[in-house]
Amino acid sequence: MDYINAIVLLLNYIFVPALAYGSQLALGAIFVTLIYGILRFANFATGDMMSFGTMVTILFTWYFQSLGISLGILPTALIAIPFAIIFMVGYMLLIDKFVFKYYRVSKSPPVQLAMVSIGVMFVTQAVVRIIIGPSDRRFFDGEKFLIKAGEFKEMTGLNEGLAIKSTQVITIVVTLILVSALFWFLNKTKTGKSMRAYSDNEDLALLSGIDPKKIVMITWIIAGVLATIGGALYGLDKSFKPFTYFNNMLPIFAAAIVGGIGNPFGAFLGGYVIAFSEILLTYAYKKFFMYLLPESLEPNTLVQLLSTDYKFAVSFSILVIVLLYRPSGIFKGKIL
Amino acid sequence: MRKNLNVIAAYTIMMGLIILVGIFQSWNIALSIFNLCLISAVMTMGANIQWGYAGLINFGIMGYTALGGLAAVLISVDPVQEAWSAGGSNILLSLLLIIGMVLAVRYVLKKYEKSKVRTYIIATIIIAGIIIIRFVSEPGIEAIEEVNPAKTGFLGGFGLPIIFSWIVGALFAGGLAFVIGKVALGLRADYLAIATLLISEIVIAIIKHEDWLTRGVKNVIGLKRPAPYEVNLQQTDWFINLVEKFNLSKLNLITDLTERQAALNQFVIEGSSIFVKLCYSGLFLIVVIILLILTQKALYSPWGRMMRAIRDNEEAANAMGKNVVKQHLLIFVLGSAIVGIAGAMLVTQDGLFTPGSYRPMRYTFLIWVMVIVGGSGNNFGAILGGFVVWFLWIESAPIGLYLVNLTTAGLADTHFLKVHLIESVPYFRFLMMGIGLLLIMRYRPKGILPEKIEIK
Repeated sequence: MDYINAIVLLLNYIFVPALAYGSQLALGAIFVTLIYGILRFANFATGDMMSFGTMVTILFTWYFQSLGISLGILPTALIAIPFAIIFMVGYMLLIDKFVFKYYRVSKSPPVQLAMVSIGVMFVTQAVVRIIIGPSDRRFFDGEKFLIKAGEFKEMTGLNEGLAIKSTQVITIVVTLILVSALFWFLNKTKTGKSMRAYSDNEDLALLSGIDPKKIVMITWIIAGVLATIGGALYGLDKSFKPFTYFNNMLPIFAAAIVGGIGNPFGAFLGGYVIAFSEILLTYAYKKFFMYLLPESLEPNTLVQLLSTDYKFAVSFSILVIVLLYRPSGIFKGKIL
Repeated sequence: MRKNLNVIAAYTIMMGLIILVGIFQSWNIALSIFNLCLISAVMTMGANIQWGYAGLINFGIMGYTALGGLAAVLISVDPVQEAWSAGGSNILLSLLLIIGMVLAVRYVLKKYEKSKVRTYIIATIIIAGIIIIRFVSEPGIEAIEEVNPAKTGFLGGFGLPIIFSWIVGALFAGGLAFVIGKVALGLRADYLAIATLLISEIVIAIIKHEDWLTRGVKNVIGLKRPAPYEVNLQQTDWFINLVEKFNLSKLNLITDLTERQAALNQFVIEGSSIFVKLCYSGLFLIVVIILLILTQKALYSPWGRMMRAIRDNEEAANAMGKNVVKQHLLIFVLGSAIVGIAGAMLVTQDGLFTPGSYRPMRYTFLIWVMVIVGGSGNNFGAILGGFVVWFLWIESAPIGLYLVNLTTAGLADTHFLKVHLIESVPYFRFLMMGIGLLLIMRYRPKGILPEKIEIK
């Protein structure tokens, strides 16, 4: 019984939250990696583009709520997301046309494009803050829990409860669907294959008649979809605050690089690597050992490897270690 | 003279703008803008040395600034004797252990060939070291943090004049840059940018949460000053006489004696804060001028030529026998040290150290906007960038308010759009910075004052 209690404890405090957080990071990391692989620059506006997408989702959610439309137990935001995606893709294409295209055509070095993306970051951040303000917003409605801790205890008769939030399930399901669709697209369709070819070797791809304009456009469209959904899921699960989104850029970058930048599958797994290591290293294992060990051996400290204050620092340290020992990432990067 | 006409014109316009602020808003605001412009100028000079001279991207400016600030605290605050006696020995022991750990790793690195076993040995040393250090330091840290937590709860500093911290801040930042440069400089440009950005976040996390050293988010307030205090100034005779002389024409208009005294008091209060700010301006100006002379000399020296050669063609410079790795490390350390000075200056001016206020937007990306806008590779351009961007950063709120009022003049004051826009005026600064950066990058990619190399 104690073993099951210990496992449920880990499931509740580590596995489920890390899986949801990892999915949110993974979507952002695939976004970064796609931009890096095809457009060839580190996009510092990632976090703010995600916050822009989330803002549009929130605005549509409010609109639908005012009309009285709802999905019952599911959050209204799910209907708002498709509309937000359309809006977001438009914004991305607009930015590309007026900002990034010039540097791409004139073949500027990647560093310059990264600098330009900082300009885009400033502008996007300003637009988001001017439209919706810098404060914390919750836009979740519908049923909050799939399984409540108390119900679970009653059901199984265990000491430890397992609470699963509906947003966590939605996050994981949506991520799985989206990522499988994306991989199917990249690996099976002609456009997807040409995208990979373009990322692998631009000149060869151009020689074989691939239209770069189309590739770039599709990349921004996919990026828009990923940014909106990733941002909206994070906002549903936690809350929407522009500053947090800006900060999330850092673990997202870490995930993309750890997975091997330019490699979408690596980025996908990288998201989970970062999320799990952040939570595993900062969790206090005292209770876990209390279940497993006999009473005489019970630990009297928290058995916490690092204090939770260093949550972000964990992912950055992993990144630095990976950069030093395997600069191409865990999965070989730079092939799409 | 003619060649430098654009430099002179740009600086004249900039000073004119600040004087206009002084006339239309207040001299107090103008001087605080001017002081922060000077600090920003020091930061941009540091970033410019790295980016403009050597083409190294350093997105970790925030970290070095914070370390400079930390130096100001550690130098100027009086030591907390109680905390030292409570946990000082543990902390010193941990410090020794860290040094021992580093030496052990170095020994292993030197002694053995590169192999898997060596990597494992190093990993074991580090992990074992961290565990031992935690056991040693934990009781000490707890004891220190329990000493009067509302007021101190940290070890304090050395109780020296705060000016020394400007040098120590440079040493701290340079030391950190040495470590970072050793491990990260081999990375490609954009990886280096991301790595430095993340490392600076780690630095901030440590400063924020190691309360025994920095008081963390509880902030350190009331640091010593290199300038006189306003309250003391207001009671000294020579200062009151000075203010009286300055405002004699205005004071003479008032005939009533008590009213005249009240007006004089008002002038003294205003004057004291302006005087203090002027003291700071003088100190900062000295630093900026010294750095400017040094960096200009360096830029036109053989060393500067070598740096530009390395920046423009690394392989060719390498083939000519220049040690690219060593020079990159050197310039990384130098630039970061200058940023560290600026960090210490900033905390000196504020008189308080707030780890929570170090955010990448303000201390990393804004500085980069300054370098790009001003003109990378040109010291005068970098300083000008610091001035222009900081000026706009502060003044964009009033400008934004004016624009909002202008465009929504037709709407009623209670109209929701107008109210909303007026509430969001502070964020117009981000918009302005972003659009400014994009325009400069597009139409004047070398900045307002582009790099100009003359052979002397």
